[in-house]
This record gives sequence, structure tokens and C-alpha cells, in this order.
Amino acid sequence: MLILVAFAVGEGALPIFSAEGFQFVIRTDWNAVYGRESFGALPYIIGTLLSSAIAMAIGVPISLGIAIFVTEMASHRISTPLSFVVELLAAVPSIIYGLWALFVFRFWVRDLIERPLYEHLNWIPFFDKTPFGLDIFTAGIVLSIMIIPIISSITREILLVVPNSQREAAYSLGATRWGTLKTAIFPYAKSGILGASFLGLGRAIGETILVTMIIGNAIGPAAIPTTLFSQGQSLASLIANEFNEAASDLHLSALIGLGAILLLLSMIINIGARFMVSRMVKVVPGGRE
Amino acid sequence: MSGNNGKSAARFHRREVQQIMVKNARKAKIIDKIVSIFAIMCVILAVIPLTSILIEVIKNGIAAFNWDFLTGRPSAIGRAGGGVGPAIQGTLIVVGLATMIGAPIGILTGIYLSEFAGGGPFPNGVRFFNEVMTGLPSVVMGIVGYILIVINIGSFSVWAGAFSLSIIMIPIVSRVTEETLKIVPNSIREAGFALGIAKWKITLFITFKSAISGILTGVVLAIARIAGETAPLIMTILGTSLFFTGFNNPVDALPLRIWRLSSQPYESAQTQAWGAALLLILMVLALSVALRLLAQRRGFSVRAEI
Repeated sequence: MLILVAFAVGEGALPIFSAEGFQFVIRTDWNAVYGRESFGALPYIIGTLLSSAIAMAIGVPISLGIAIFVTEMASHRISTPLSFVVELLAAVPSIIYGLWALFVFRFWVRDLIERPLYEHLNWIPFFDKTPFGLDIFTAGIVLSIMIIPIISSITREILLVVPNSQREAAYSLGATRWGTLKTAIFPYAKSGILGASFLGLGRAIGETILVTMIIGNAIGPAAIPTTLFSQGQSLASLIANEFNEAASDLHLSALIGLGAILLLLSMIINIGARFMVSRMVKVVPGGRE
Repeated sequence: MSGNNGKSAARFHRREVQQIMVKNARKAKIIDKIVSIFAIMCVILAVIPLTSILIEVIKNGIAAFNWDFLTGRPSAIGRAGGGVGPAIQGTLIVVGLATMIGAPIGILTGIYLSEFAGGGPFPNGVRFFNEVMTGLPSVVMGIVGYILIVINIGSFSVWAGAFSLSIIMIPIVSRVTEETLKIVPNSIREAGFALGIAKWKITLFITFKSAISGILTGVVLAIARIAGETAPLIMTILGTSLFFTGFNNPVDALPLRIWRLSSQPYESAQTQAWGAALLLILMVLALSVALRLLAQRRGFSVRAEI
């Protein structure tokens, strides 16, 4: 199946790589006008990585907190409905996050976060641009909101699987809740939590429609973000934007080539995560009985 | 003298240890408090945007609802009125078809991996590829559908959409199935073996049955996920303003319609986008809640009892 996928994408992407060679990955211009076509993918790779990194930095700690609250702290009466809600929210389609972000959330981000940062911290180059709301920073935040339910619901499942004997052992030694978490639960659940985070990262990298709606859709060299508040473009969003309007076969192939890069990127992440997880599983004492 | 000295040293030692312990306990308690507060703040932080989403969608979406909106065809760009009938129909058809292809394959793969495969190189390879597939971006699946089916058939079609969505679905379902089956305690299987029941019967009637709530949850999650997918639909079913005309022709879908509507600068289009969003949320949530209730009534909700 995967081989089929790789083959199909590889075949579609062949023309652009034969036309542009390795230059395709490191060039920055993007011109679809017939006769002057030239395509470079670098800005979109950067956009993808940056927005996902923001999403992970915000999303993972919050998801962990939620999962800990639900499994270890809250009483049954709070945790059952809360985890139900989280589970349902994991089911909210990304297009709806996108719609909400486009018409509601981006004004919050612009007025409450970006503008203060710009006014007070604009000596830091990251923040030195008049915020507009449709930019990489907003995209990252909304991505983090979108991956929180996913990561936290998987983490919750993993924490639930940790046997109670682990907790009881730690509590009987007089450990506090945090002590129990640190010494008895995290070592046991570490690999699973890491796996959950990478699942979230995979979704953030490949998320298309939401990013298309709010990242600002810059094209060409302008899409290289110089600040966090720049308009950007991710691999996936550019594909979504131009796929149906591809002017020529080479243009189409360039878009598929972006898809191939995206495929490669997420495969590297997934395989890397997989190796990390399997190495950790060996370290974890006991494991599944 | 020396005995006395040793005694006081021991006492001093004990007091010191006591102090350290008290200090450590106090520190541990403070850290514990901080972590607790952090966890609660996380919950609040996550709940705010999520409630806001629901409120906005309901508030803005209700305004669009009327009979024409639910059954009518989209009006010309910029003109008020019209509806999302074709999109509703298209979503149901494409998602239903994808589920019919994806769910059985996914569940069977999961059963194979958990019950029959063990840990040889082939099953591990399948597992590995499955895991990698789960993480692949949906837009890539759309490209695959485009290259394999749209180009071969010659037009954007229902088949291509269902195919792309089912590729997204299979790894999710098979992974969840395998994980859930693994949680089923071995003692249950052993009890079956002790009674001399054949392996396929144990798998089907004992293991599978005790894990079915988890598997169903996985399938529903997968359906909910593909129902909201937009990106792969752009390059497979394309979207149209007509009702279903055949499996080889383009259809419309709710997420696609929301996307197109939201990019129009007209008030009426945006209202309709919210309406379609409300509809999509309702469909997805209704599916989740219904299956959950069903699972509870049939009494096989394994997880709730743990």
C-alpha cells in the first residue's frame, strides 16, 4: 500500500525533478506563467516546518496537562464528561477549525497576542512586523489547538493502560502526585506519549485546509518567513491552492513534487519516531505483562 | 563516654535526616501544587477555543438553516439563497463508500496483526508501514487518488474520492483494532483454548467481542476524520453544484463547499459556510454519540468499567 503511494507520487513528480533537478528543493521562486516556468520549494518547506514547530511547542505541554488532569487528578464525575468532550472534539473536522480561525480566532490572536508582542518586543527580529492576523504564528497556534485533542486523548488512553499497581507502589512509598507521575507513570508511558506527540506532529505537518485558510498564502521568495508575523505558505497549502488551477503539466508536476517532499518529510518523522519509540520500549522496565 | 558520644551523634543524625525529609516533603508538595495548577490551566486553555468554536458555529450556522438550504442547489456566486443539498448527498455517498472499502480491510488487518501474526519480519513490516501511513498527510492521499484514478478514468469522480479516503482510513482502523485486541487479557484467550475452542472461534467470539467497543470507537473516529477531510477531495471529487450523477462524475462534499464558500467575499456565502459547518459538526457528533450509546446499551463498553 505504502509502496503504491510512493510509486504513484514518485511517478507524478518525475517531470519536475527531471526539469529542475535538485534545484527544485532549494530554489525560492515560483512562476507558473507559460514559457517562463520555474519552481522552487524551499519557502514552503520552511513554512511547513516553522508552523508545525510552533504548534508542537504549544500543543504538547497542554495536551500532557489535560491528560494528567483527566486520568490522575479529576474525580470520576469530572473526568468522564471531560474526556468525552475531548474525544468528541478530536472529531471536529479541520475545515471547521479553519472557518472559526478565519472569522473569529485570528482577531483574538492579532489583538491579544501579536499586537502586544509587536509593540513591546519589536526589537526582537521575530516580532518585527505589523501583525495582520493571517500569518505563520496564527497558523501555528490554530494547528496546536487542532492537535491538542488528538494528542491528549491518545495520552489519556495510554495513562489509563498504566496498571494501578504502578501508582499504588509509588503512593505507598509516600510519593506525591507529581512524584508518582515522575517515577511510576512517565517511565511506563513514555514511549506511548512520544508516539502520541509524533502523531500530532504528523497531522500538523500534513494539515492542509486549515493552513490554507489562515497562513496568508504568500508565493515565491516572499513566502520565506522573516518574522513570526509574516505571511507564509506550507507545502500542503500551496498544493490545495493551485492544484485545480494548474496551468501546465509542469506546474501540476511541480505541485505533485511538493507532495513528494511532504511525503518524504512525514515519512522521515514517522520512521524516526518509530525508532525512538522502539528503543524506549526496551528501556522501560516491565512493559506490558 | 564514647557510647554517649555515639548516641548523641546518632540522635543528631536522626534529626538531620528528619529535617531533610521535612524539607523534601515540603518541596515535593509545592512542586505537586504547581503541576496540579498547570494541569488545570491546560484544561481551561484548551476548553476556551473549543467552546468558542461550538458557540460560533451554532450561532452563525442557525441563521442559514431553512428548507432551501438543506435541499437546494448552490446559487450563483455572489447571489443570496441556494443551499448545500448536493454537498450533503455527496458527503454521505463518498464517506459511505470509503467506509465500506476501508473499515473491513482495516479491521481484518488489525485482527491478523494482533491474533495471528506474532512478531516475524512480515507482520512487523506491515505494522511499520501502517504506522508510517497513519502519519502521512491527507493531501498526499488526494494526489495518489488523482494519479491512480482520476487520470485513468479521465474525470474527477466519486471513486477517486472514496479511494483516497479509504487509504486514509485503513491504517487508522487497523492500528486501533490491533491495539484494542492487545489490551484484551490473555487469560480470556487461554480460557477459550482450555475449552478446546478453535482459534478462529476464539478470535471472533471471545477476543473480538470483548474488544468491539474499542474497535467501533476507532472506526467512528476514522469516519469522523474522513468526513471532515477537505484536501484530498479537492483533487479527487473536485466539487460541483449538481446532484449526484454517477460514480464516474464529480460530486460535491460539505467540507469542500465550506471551503469554497468561506473564500467568497459575500455575507450570504459566509453565512452558508457557517450553516454547512454546523451541519458537518452535527453529522460527525451524532455519529459518535449514537455509536457510544449503542455500545453502552449492548453492554460491551469495556473501557468504562476499568
